[in-house]
Amino acid sequence: MLIDLLNALALIGNFVLVPGIAYGSQLALGALGVTMVYAVLRFSNFAHGETMSFGAMVTILVTWVLQARGFGLGPLPTALLALPIGMIVTIGLCLGTDRLVYRYYREKKAVPVTYLIVSVGVLFFLSGLIRFIIGPKDQVFADGQRFIMKARAFKEMTGLDQGLAIKTSQGITVITAVMIVALLFWFLNRTRTGKSMRAYSDNEDLALLSGINPERVVMITWIITGALAAIAGTLYGLDKGYKPFTYLGLVLPIFASAIVGGVGNPLGAIAGGFVIAFSELLVTFAYKRVVGYLTPGDWVPDGLVQLLSTDYKLAVSFFILVIVLLIKPTGIFSGKTL
Amino acid sequence: MTYLAGEGMSGGYGGVDILHQCSIGVDKGEVAVVVGPNGAGKSTAMKAVFGMLELRQGRVTMDGQDISHLKPEQRVQLGMGFVPQSANVFTSMTVEENLEMGAFIRRDDISDTLSGVYELFPVLREKRRQLAGELSGGQRQQVAVGRALMTQPKVLMLDEPTAGVSPMVMDELFDRIIEIARTGIAILMVEQNARQALSIADRGYVLVQGRNRYTDTGAALLANIEVRKAFLGG
Repeated sequence: MLIDLLNALALIGNFVLVPGIAYGSQLALGALGVTMVYAVLRFSNFAHGETMSFGAMVTILVTWVLQARGFGLGPLPTALLALPIGMIVTIGLCLGTDRLVYRYYREKKAVPVTYLIVSVGVLFFLSGLIRFIIGPKDQVFADGQRFIMKARAFKEMTGLDQGLAIKTSQGITVITAVMIVALLFWFLNRTRTGKSMRAYSDNEDLALLSGINPERVVMITWIITGALAAIAGTLYGLDKGYKPFTYLGLVLPIFASAIVGGVGNPLGAIAGGFVIAFSELLVTFAYKRVVGYLTPGDWVPDGLVQLLSTDYKLAVSFFILVIVLLIKPTGIFSGKTL
Repeated sequence: MTYLAGEGMSGGYGGVDILHQCSIGVDKGEVAVVVGPNGAGKSTAMKAVFGMLELRQGRVTMDGQDISHLKPEQRVQLGMGFVPQSANVFTSMTVEENLEMGAFIRRDDISDTLSGVYELFPVLREKRRQLAGELSGGQRQQVAVGRALMTQPKVLMLDEPTAGVSPMVMDELFDRIIEIARTGIAILMVEQNARQALSIADRGYVLVQGRNRYTDTGAALLANIEVRKAFLGG
């Protein structure tokens, strides 16, 4: 009996808990980028998914160069070594688009919906640019040791039938996400510059009266957004493989995460990321074997006991998004300011 | 020569002038109060002095220097502090963070100014870790005034500082404002509560439809029968 329960837990751990934490961290990092832009620049940046893709692409290109020259990090993926360059180039991209595109609309004091459409334009441009540079195909760039814990090792260690595997990319994702979030919160709440960003996000006019320079705040926002995008994109690519088209599909769960948590609120972005990730996994998980462990043998139905096919996982984000907008449009943490 | 003066200011938003040849000013250590009926252009006159309104005519001088062409941010750098009537605190930040943001342009040690503000408004020291958005109206106004004081301004401009606070809190705020003026800061304020405001004013300006109607000391205006009849309710 107890063994069956433990097997069921290991099964859920392996297919829901571990992937959920990793995917939730990736969504949280993505949603943080969206939320930062919303809190300071007051628009929904639909190009954020492609910015993540761009960051991952640069990281991959640098990784290939490093791999060809024989540089590596042993058990860890070489991409971690390449990531800082990916971040710098992505920051450059963000500052460049702001200079060439968004600043023009800022000076014209455009309404948020104009920005939104403009960001869709940037999305298409970036997605074309990425396909020009690296092509539309899948790319492999993960190296090093694949697993922190293999399923078989777990079985041998515990004597259970079900294995619990933890991929290196999942471990790295979670550790990096925790570090980045801690750093971001420290920056926003403890440093003068971070506080000035919160002040600007709270009350633009009063920030101006206090001598806070808006252009500087905007610049720092793009620097943080670019860095976050490159990190989130690379971690997602490491974990799930780099496919340029998947990043467009990521925009929906990322926005759902940001909005569920309360757009503009960094804490909300993180909470929202995990809500969306676990909802997706819990709804699309096939519970058949779990039912098998928890009930006497002949109760197991023929079907997969799956609420929704994984093909429809995007619908989960969309559904949650609609529900939140109907019931509590401001999100869990009532966002708007940093 | 008056320390801060707007002279013969005409201008408005868009095509229509709200101010017509309007002049207001204040000297260091003085309290100047601008009163008048609704729509008299009181707030507009103050915004014009602060550079938030394009002037078609007239000029603004500070310490004998023409500052008409400067943007509000630049006037802050020169030593003007401005407390807007509404949305005058960062609601999602703590009281202390609000004050720190007030001192954003300063690069030197702000701890003396900070404790000065806390001495002036002791309740803020108690609530310094609380979000400004959670404070009462009167306490918020104290945060707003404190924030403006953090730049160590030479001139403090207040747009209806007692709007929406109880009479008791209003008296308290006026007392503090006099205290601030005694430290040598020039105070220019617009007030809805004309009688109380004029009673602490060294200079009073009564504006009507964007024009100066009466200009005198606060006490003289309070004693003026015409002013009392028309603007102070007898």
